[in-house]
Amino acid sequence: MYFVIAGGGQVGFHLAQALIEAGHEVMIIEEERRRAQWIQEQLGNIVLTGSADEGRFLLEAGCQRADAVIAATGDDPVNLVVCQMAQIHCRVPRVIARVNDPKNEIVFKKLGIEETVSSTRVLMSVIEQELPMRGLVPIMPLVTAGLEIVEAEIADDSPAAGKPIRDLRLPDGATVGCIVRKRALVRARADERLQPGDRIIAFTPTAAETEVRKALVG
Amino acid sequence: MKVLIVGCGRVGGLLAGRLDAEGHEVTIIDENRAQFEKNLPQSFNGATVLGSGIDMDVLRGAGIAEVEAFVIVTQGDNRNIMGAQIAKEIFGVRRVLCKINDPIRAQTYRGHGIETWSRTTILSEIIHDLLTGREKESGTLLDRARRREAILAGDVVPES
Repeated sequence: MYFVIAGGGQVGFHLAQALIEAGHEVMIIEEERRRAQWIQEQLGNIVLTGSADEGRFLLEAGCQRADAVIAATGDDPVNLVVCQMAQIHCRVPRVIARVNDPKNEIVFKKLGIEETVSSTRVLMSVIEQELPMRGLVPIMPLVTAGLEIVEAEIADDSPAAGKPIRDLRLPDGATVGCIVRKRALVRARADERLQPGDRIIAFTPTAAETEVRKALVG
Repeated sequence: MKVLIVGCGRVGGLLAGRLDAEGHEVTIIDENRAQFEKNLPQSFNGATVLGSGIDMDVLRGAGIAEVEAFVIVTQGDNRNIMGAQIAKEIFGVRRVLCKINDPIRAQTYRGHGIETWSRTTILSEIIHDLLTGREKESGTLLDRARRREAILAGDVVPES
């Protein structure tokens, strides 16, 4: 596949390296000449010096034949405009934006950029998993399906404690994927009773997260 | 008219002072307090809000839900584009005016319910007229600047 990456900072550079190693074709658009030169020394002739928010550089990078454009700069307005310009001028089938301020995830979605990655949010969810559980932890979004994989620990006072899975008051479209009990995987059969200390991995429509939280955490 | 202006630089400050003097209800946002002192007239009676003009909470607090017009004139084109779209798409402001100095981006976003203009093309039209005498093309200055933007965008936009 062919990927165009806007921004050759830490994120853009390492992403490009990983994609190349996986056998893909990559072009990085980097504004700063010296950084562009450095990337070229590391990864070869795959850098275009210019600002990706200007339509002509996207075209020069061959966006019209790109499978995806990834806006990976540290500046949210730039990432938004890069994705929109790629959609409008190059009809790229897939655009992915790095979101630096987690508040902007919802803004980007409302402005037509469905796929966003917030490093802050990823870090937060990793840290939350390490800390004592307090509620529902988002593990990973399944963007195209509009689903989220979440994890919840069943506390003594959870409304789900002692109940079989079939009696959980889960919203439509949400389902328990599996249970982690004492470090072992337990299948989520309908008659399986949840015990305090169980960790539940569940799938939920993004919009129904609150109801899932109520059913599992209280 | 209730107007929200983002960016209290020379243009934002001048516009805010003028609309305020004409009796409009003006609120102006900037991230830097010194800009209010520097660019607003002493007589300014409108409201000033310290914060980012692309932050939904700041915009909400500045009363964006009630304004009839939103004007964004910060230094950054992309910031202006993002703020203008938030005003239009998320808060449904009726008139959204946005400064975009890159002629091609000005042309691109004009079709999206946002009124854009580019200092670049407007200034070059004026200077061109001053140098070569009479204006050769018809229409207002803004019309001619926009025609120029369309031509520039045409150079890079592929036929669809």
